[in-house]
Amino acid sequence: MCACACLSEAPRGSGPGPLGPFLLPLTRGFGQIGRGHKITTYPFSPRKKGRKGMVQSQGWVRRYFKAFCKGFFVAVPVAVTFLDRVACVARVEGASMQPSLNPGGSQSSDVVLLNHWKVRNFEVQRGDIVSLVSPKNPEQKIIKRVIALEGDIVKTMGHKNRYVKVPRGHIWVEGDHHGHSFDSNSFGPVSLGLLHAHATHILWPPKRWQKLESVLPPERLLVQSEEDCL
Amino acid sequence: MLRGVLGKTFRLVGYTIQYGCIAHCAFEYVGGVLVCSGPSMEPTIQNSDIVFAENLSRHFYGIQRGDIVVAKSPSDPKSNICKRVIGLEGDKILTSSPAGFFKSHSYVPKGHVWLEGDNLQNSTDSRYYGPVPYGLIRGRIFLKIWPLNDFGFLRDSPNGHRFSDELGK
Repeated sequence: MCACACLSEAPRGSGPGPLGPFLLPLTRGFGQIGRGHKITTYPFSPRKKGRKGMVQSQGWVRRYFKAFCKGFFVAVPVAVTFLDRVACVARVEGASMQPSLNPGGSQSSDVVLLNHWKVRNFEVQRGDIVSLVSPKNPEQKIIKRVIALEGDIVKTMGHKNRYVKVPRGHIWVEGDHHGHSFDSNSFGPVSLGLLHAHATHILWPPKRWQKLESVLPPERLLVQSEEDCL
Repeated sequence: MLRGVLGKTFRLVGYTIQYGCIAHCAFEYVGGVLVCSGPSMEPTIQNSDIVFAENLSRHFYGIQRGDIVVAKSPSDPKSNICKRVIGLEGDKILTSSPAGFFKSHSYVPKGHVWLEGDNLQNSTDSRYYGPVPYGLIRGRIFLKIWPLNDFGFLRDSPNGHRFSDELGK
C-alpha cells in the first residue's frame, strides 16, 4: 500500500543539481526496503506542495544560473586564448595557392589547421605556408608561402625592381599560382609582425587530408641567401 | 599524502591556466598598463612613464590622426614602438624639412599609417622606415598614470605643423 503510494507520486520541484531526478527514485526505493511503515523521502516530502514547492523550483533556477556563470567565465577565456595562441582552423578561399591549396577552384574550399604556437617567436623557414594580416587591408588575412627571409636577395616576378634584398625583420611571400596571386610581388616584403599562423595540415575535404610540406618551388630558388654571404 | 599533494598541484595548475587566459583576453581585447622608455615622445611622454593603453580602437578601426599608438616595430617584431599617428591612408605627408628648398610629398598607401615621435630631433620613425602597416598597431595610449604630477589624458601634438592642411584622398 505504502509502496504503491510513494512510488507513484511525482516529486514536486526537483532535487538539488542535475543529479536530483536520478537520486530521488533511488533513495525512495531505499526508503521502502526494510522500513515497512516508515517512509524516508529525499529531500522533500511530496505532501508539502504549494508555496514551498514553488520556492524550491526557483532555487533550482538560481543554482543552475550560478553554475552556468561559473562555467562561462572559465570556459570562454580559455577557449578564446586557445584559439588565439595555440591553433585554429580556417577555410581557404581563392586560387592564389593552387595547386597546393584549393585545386578544385570554387567547387570545394580547403579547410586548414593554423598553428599559432609555432610562430610565437616569429620563427619561419623558407617554404612554409603561412597566414598573415594583409598589408593592404588589415581586416583580411592572406595565406601564402614564404620564399625568402631577411637578408636574402630575391629575383622578383612582376615587381617594380628586378632584384630585392629583404630588409631586417621582413619576409618575402608568394602564392604558388604565379600571376593570380596578390603577394610580395605587388606589395613588397612584409614585416614579421604581421605574421598570424603557420598552416600545417589540410583537414577538409577528407580525401585531401595531408600534412603541408615546407618546400620551395624549384623555379623560385634564391639568387643569394644570407648563409651564402657568411 | 601523495594524492593530497597531487590534487593541490592540479588545482594550482588549473587556477594558473584559468587566470592566465583571463589576463590574455583582458590584454588582447580590452587594454593594459605599459611602461614607456626612450626620448622620442618628449615632452608628451618622458622616459620611464607608466601609461594605460586600450585595444578597442584597434579592433574597431577607430584610430584617428593625432592618436598616440603602440605598435610592433617593423624591423623587430618582438619589440614595441610608441609614436603618434600623423597620417592615415591616403593622406599627403611632407617628407622633407619645410625649411629646405626641395619639398617632397608622398601619399600614405592603403592599409598603412604614418607615425612620428613628438621629439622630432631624436626619433626613429616613419621618416626613417616608411609607412607602417595598420596590422602592426597594438593599441592606443590615452591615459598617463605615472608620474602622479603629470597624471591625466595626453596632450595634443606639439608639432601641429606636421599635420597636412590638405588631406587628400
